[in-house]
Amino acid sequence: MITLHVNGQPHDVDASPDTPLLWALRDVLGMTGTKFGCGIAQCGACTVHVDGQAVRSCQLSIGSVGDQAITTIEGIGSSDVGAKVQKAWLDLEVIQCGYCQSGQIMSAAALLAHKPHPTDEDIDAAMAGNICRCGTYVRIREAIKKATAA
Amino acid sequence: MKRFHWGLLALAIVACVVAAWIIYVPGPTAFASGSTVALGDYKGTNPTGVPVSLASGDIVKRGEYLTRAADCEACHTAKGGVPYAGGLAFNLPFGTLYSPNITPDKETGIGNWTDADFINALHKGIAPDGSRFYPAFPYPSYTLLTNDDVLAIKAYLFSLKPVRQETEPNSLAFPFNQRWGMMFWSLFYNSNERYRPNPSQSAEWNRGAYLAEALGHCGECHTPRNLLQAVDNKKKFAGAVTAGWRAYNITQDATSGIGSWDLDTTAKFLAHGHVEGLGTASGPMGEAIDMSLRHMAPEDINALVVYLKSIPAIADTSLPLPKTMLASGFPTNQEIAENARGAMIFAGACAACHGWSGKSPILSYADFVGGRTVNDPTARNVAQAIIWGVTRHTPNGVVTMPGFGKAYSDEEIAAVSNYITARFGAEKSRITAADIKTIGKQASQ
Amino acid sequence: MEKIATSEISKLSRRALLQAGAAGILLLSFRLPQARAAGDTFAPNAFIRVGNDDVVTLVMPQVEMGQGIYTALAMILADELDANFDKVVLQHAPPDKAYNNPIFGVQATGGSTSVRAFWDPLRKAGASARGMLVEAAAQQWSVDPSTCRASNSEVIHDASGRKVGYGAVASLAATLKPVSDPKLKTLKDFTLVGRPVQRKDTPDKTNGKCQYGIDAMPAGVKFAVIAECPVFGGKVGHVDDAKAKAIKGVQQIVVLDDCVAVVGDTTWTAIRGLSALDITWNEGANANVDSAQIWEALRTASKGPGAVAKKVGDVDAAFAGGTHYEGVYELPFLAHATMEPLNCTLHYTKDACEVWTGTQVIGRVQEYVAKALDLPIEKVTVHNFYIGGGFGRRLEQDMAIKAARIAKEVDGPVKVMWRREEDTQHDVYRPVYHNAVSASVKDGKIVGWTHRITGSSVIVRWLPPAFKDGVDIDAVDGAADQPYGFPNLKVEYIRAEPPAVPTGFWRGVGPNNNFFTIESFIDEIAHREKVDPVAFRLRHLDGNPRLKAAIQLAAEKGNWGSTLSSPRMGRGISAQNAFGSFIATVCEAEVDESGEVRVHRLVAAVDTGIMVNPDTIVAQLEGGLIFGLTAALFGEITIENGRVQQSNFNDYRILRIDEAPKIEVHLIPSTEHPGGIGETGTTAAPPALCNALFAATGVRLTRLPIDRNALAGRKPA
Ligand code: FES
Ligand code: FES
Repeated sequence: MITLHVNGQPHDVDASPDTPLLWALRDVLGMTGTKFGCGIAQCGACTVHVDGQAVRSCQLSIGSVGDQAITTIEGIGSSDVGAKVQKAWLDLEVIQCGYCQSGQIMSAAALLAHKPHPTDEDIDAAMAGNICRCGTYVRIREAIKKATAA
Repeated sequence: MKRFHWGLLALAIVACVVAAWIIYVPGPTAFASGSTVALGDYKGTNPTGVPVSLASGDIVKRGEYLTRAADCEACHTAKGGVPYAGGLAFNLPFGTLYSPNITPDKETGIGNWTDADFINALHKGIAPDGSRFYPAFPYPSYTLLTNDDVLAIKAYLFSLKPVRQETEPNSLAFPFNQRWGMMFWSLFYNSNERYRPNPSQSAEWNRGAYLAEALGHCGECHTPRNLLQAVDNKKKFAGAVTAGWRAYNITQDATSGIGSWDLDTTAKFLAHGHVEGLGTASGPMGEAIDMSLRHMAPEDINALVVYLKSIPAIADTSLPLPKTMLASGFPTNQEIAENARGAMIFAGACAACHGWSGKSPILSYADFVGGRTVNDPTARNVAQAIIWGVTRHTPNGVVTMPGFGKAYSDEEIAAVSNYITARFGAEKSRITAADIKTIGKQASQ
Repeated sequence: MEKIATSEISKLSRRALLQAGAAGILLLSFRLPQARAAGDTFAPNAFIRVGNDDVVTLVMPQVEMGQGIYTALAMILADELDANFDKVVLQHAPPDKAYNNPIFGVQATGGSTSVRAFWDPLRKAGASARGMLVEAAAQQWSVDPSTCRASNSEVIHDASGRKVGYGAVASLAATLKPVSDPKLKTLKDFTLVGRPVQRKDTPDKTNGKCQYGIDAMPAGVKFAVIAECPVFGGKVGHVDDAKAKAIKGVQQIVVLDDCVAVVGDTTWTAIRGLSALDITWNEGANANVDSAQIWEALRTASKGPGAVAKKVGDVDAAFAGGTHYEGVYELPFLAHATMEPLNCTLHYTKDACEVWTGTQVIGRVQEYVAKALDLPIEKVTVHNFYIGGGFGRRLEQDMAIKAARIAKEVDGPVKVMWRREEDTQHDVYRPVYHNAVSASVKDGKIVGWTHRITGSSVIVRWLPPAFKDGVDIDAVDGAADQPYGFPNLKVEYIRAEPPAVPTGFWRGVGPNNNFFTIESFIDEIAHREKVDPVAFRLRHLDGNPRLKAAIQLAAEKGNWGSTLSSPRMGRGISAQNAFGSFIATVCEAEVDESGEVRVHRLVAAVDTGIMVNPDTIVAQLEGGLIFGLTAALFGEITIENGRVQQSNFNDYRILRIDEAPKIEVHLIPSTEHPGGIGETGTTAAPPALCNALFAATGVRLTRLPIDRNALAGRKPA
């Protein structure tokens, strides 16, 4: 049994230690906000925060998480930065199908937590790992800027 | 007139000496002090065969261990193919060689080979039909194996399921397609002599030498070759390029080799192909670890370490001391501007696993920091890993880096390789798109 | 917004059934489907439910896959219904003919048809319901209904100052005769339509609550991962499952004739189990098919006789004299690569099956799952979900059929998942196309035009009635009705099915191919005629004022004719009317010495008729343009040994944020019938890009994806 600390709550997970965090969250804990897109760290749909860092949960095994704090899309709204990002996302109607957006919001929130005033290059660098097949990039850029201004 | 003749003669002698010096290659263990004896005359612990724990096993079990130690699978398996069924393409400058099927299939494999055939092949590089093997097949190393060990390997191979798989014909250009030419090469470069222990060295050393030279054939990749493509033991283990990948200097040079690794570290690296802070083996070395070294008994790994520690240091000035400091948590805009394309490809396709600082947020196998690869200013292995991807077996399962060579252009791969060495290595590389095109084609597939 | 419930079985009264559909909805069924809100009382038609509790539930006949259609259709309904938009609740439609797309006659979401097709029916449905509610209130108050009005889910009688909520009159309204020809609002009366309205689906997409098919978790669900033969049409030979079975959590290995699935307690165990299987495939007849062969076959087919899709004037005469131009344009196979990989969750019991999935064709999913399981159709319940990207992939039901066949072997509910690699390699691909075009120019104008399109017909399989006399109406869409009104025109179609590779609709469908061809070729002709490409197009557009205006606006906003900041940059334009919309796009792109392309800016001007939710239109164009750029810059599926060679995003590349250009979209106000917008940007981007690349380098690209070697002036690798 492995204990994961997700959004401030401990959760016992009965799964082998090599299970990627993504599948533990989705299939064991039923937290389906974190998405599966590629399974090879190329799309960013599965992004969560581990001790405040944006991490691809499809690659991180639960055996190696330890008691680091995990934040998922379900919990990001309780941080200031997270709430700001969510609001900017809605204000600018960033979202289309939305499937990538959990990951986009998690990456954006991590960026802003570490760099409250990112440049365009910072935004590109921090967000390039998150694919959006619907092509919402133009608005993601704007929304991040809006969230910094807020 | 007379003087002229003398002059000519002197010149001829010098030429012969030079040629001889070029052609001449010392034996693989000639660097060590003390003289060698025939195996039969050696009084120490038998350096051949399998470790004690396996010695009572049946011949197939022993053969399995030795087959792994000799790393037959790596070359005799096509990418994604059935183990030992052959078909791996070696892209050489003068054409393509395909490894043959060594499963016991009677038509397409070696099912009809007799013991003598098999011994002949491994010791002399001669096929049952009398034709000669190319030295891509490392028989100058395998020739050191005892008959017992060779036959144990054969027994293991013959215990496998026969796989019907035709080997593609080689496509070598003239004169390289003339196999008989190898006869002369063999005369020079295949001693056709079994391993000779060195009584003035320890038992561990002798076992290590047998493992490294006869079975593991480390020098086939790590030792530079001379003009005639023979392993040049004058530069033993000083590093070379094989199958498009750089096999690094594994002499005891502290800067460019592995002289600064302690015994324990060296053993760990051999057993896992990865030590935190020293990077991760990828490419052919990654395969050698996964298919061969990680299956070795701990005492054999230690023997290898003892042997490696005795290799004279040879400095390779092209390799700097690996940088051990982490990069910043996020690149500066200035850094991005210097190589924007590389920076953005890294951000999109690499950073998620490798991390911005060179310390992976996911698993240490993806760490860059301290690794030789990112500290190689030719960026050859960085580029190969990007083009072809990497698959490694870790104690916790398989880890994979996908290949990007199909979808990213040569320019892009060059840019991101240069970005990686600049950000994480001691010296930045200047690999070009043209280099990428060339080296990408050299890798075995 | 409240959570969208999946369909519930209704027990609608007989009375309600009789009233169903009486609003006279065009082409819609007169039956009331089984969808309702809890406690609803008034269900005047397939789309509207009003409960005693004032809750107005709108049933969405088209699925939400990012295009904002739930909001747009709800706006149309709510506007005519005068419902309080903030309070309306949305529901996915269940499978039912009542929700058939009037354009296809099939319950399908695609082809940028949603607003186009449902604009009239939904307005009528809303207005009719509003009329009944007003009438009910008027009866209650004993006043003349014409003295009452409705607003924000209330009926108001201004003269007496009385107000009543819809809920309070719902029961009475349900007894009334439907208004058969309701009075529709005029444009100026709309309170929602035409205004930027916050989307209904997006709040839950920011906090992880939104559920896609992949998120369905019926109690006790198991997780299965599928592997199909890598060679199209191949079969399972032998499966050695010893190693897989030894993995803890692996519960079952299902071996069917054409695929294998591993069922586990998590998706991960199933993935591990699957990789531990030793599967030998019988690769079958397609094991030798490769791309080169497919192209050769296509080109050979293109020389054969074609079916005439359109003939205007006398092409032969037009080609006598004048300057003669010819061109060949080709497009590759493409995968959909929806962000949400294919998946379908089913619970099969001996005599029924419940299905949870996100699909563009819910009716077909129900029908084909029933067939696969040999069940009567009514025994199959399908719950539709939000879709994490459709792009045409979910216009197919192959995934549901395969999942059903697997579920049949599994006890309890099972979620069948496709890994990304499997999704990429078992897609239905955008067909390869070959186009041969020729034109004759006299006095600076094109007087004759021929276009022969060779490619696979998706329609013949997907909507057979739309394949007539050898012509696939989708494949010639945009070509047969090309925008320039050439006086002499001949468009032909040659059906050529690629061996082995299944083909399907892909965002932009036929117009993708046709506008890449037309807009590249016309650009080429303008260049050879030494006429500015914008001016040259305008010359031919007197009969098409809406497109003309779009071009003029795009040219103005895109600074057409001004100098660019670098000599390596070029500006190109494309124009089209497709999907009922008119769009012109100016692209600025830069090519470096190595042939690498950087797209700096896209400026689009669009006339799409009446705009329901203008901000969504802008968003769809932005996204569509990027989708098109991805295809133009990277998109190609290649085949070797009968297998798709691409697998995941490392080798099937998708544009990333750092590669995305600035995009400006300018909307042209219009009172015309609404057009489609979901695919418009996708078809517009590639020709605009290639024309910009031509302007930058002088190299005309006639194939996609772009050839960087050609742009760099290098010999092909
Ligand atoms: S699913 Fe983890 S990065 Fe794509
Ligand atoms: S919104 Fe659909 S993939 Fe990003």
